Amino acid sequence: MLETNYFVVLAGLLFAIGAVTALTRRNAIMMFMAIELMLNAANLALVAFARQWQQLDGELFVFFVMTVAASEVAVGLALIVSIFKSRSSTDVDDLHSMKG
Amino acid sequence: MDAFLFFLFAAIAVACGINLVVQTHPISSALSLIGVMGSLAVLYLLLGAEFLAAAQMIVYAGAIMVLFVFVIMLLGAEKLPAQETRPEMRWQRPLAIGLGAFLLLQVGLALALPGMRAAPEPIDASPLAIGMKLFTTYLFPFEVASVLLLAAMVGAVTLTRKD
Repeated sequence: MLETNYFVVLAGLLFAIGAVTALTRRNAIMMFMAIELMLNAANLALVAFARQWQQLDGELFVFFVMTVAASEVAVGLALIVSIFKSRSSTDVDDLHSMKG
Repeated sequence: MDAFLFFLFAAIAVACGINLVVQTHPISSALSLIGVMGSLAVLYLLLGAEFLAAAQMIVYAGAIMVLFVFVIMLLGAEKLPAQETRPEMRWQRPLAIGLGAFLLLQVGLALALPGMRAAPEPIDASPLAIGMKLFTTYLFPFEVASVLLLAAMVGAVTLTRKD
């Protein structure tokens, strides 16, 4: 009854919502949360296909994606905190000092 | 029963996702993201991935999102002025919505194609089975992941030092 299709469609839907959020919001933390949403959507697709093809490797991949996401969030939020301690806004459009 | 649980938690996940986009206050968006993580953990359980469901709750909802909430409160992000779009970037929002609609179209295409039958019985995804595979086939990525976590820890501490 529960087809793999449903899970993949839900993963695609969540990924689309995350992508639109990452593109339209200018707050750096909001963009970060949208990236986390996209990562979770990909995780859901991986687990759905691991069940579909009866292989555990998909779930192990999700394990490593969670590890990488955790370390990425730690470093990224530390970066955001250290950048925006010196300024007062979290607007990413203000970060253009490296613009060629 | 499975289908009812799937549609219920899928609806909760999508509703929390849309709430993430719509909310102006970052704390509300963070709470919506926690809602998404929780409903995804239930969906992992429906797929038979019990270890991953627990790991999702512990790592994502219990550590990463708490870190997000701490940083949002640390930066005082709720005191931001209302977002006004700069005139030279006003084309970005319709373009983003157009690209999102195209992505949704592709998702709809996945619905239209013949569906894959779900596997009849769940695979053994207990911590024992995951551990067996993790420490034999995937030993090298496991060690690399521990080095990555060490690097992330050192980086986070270095970036936030006072001097």
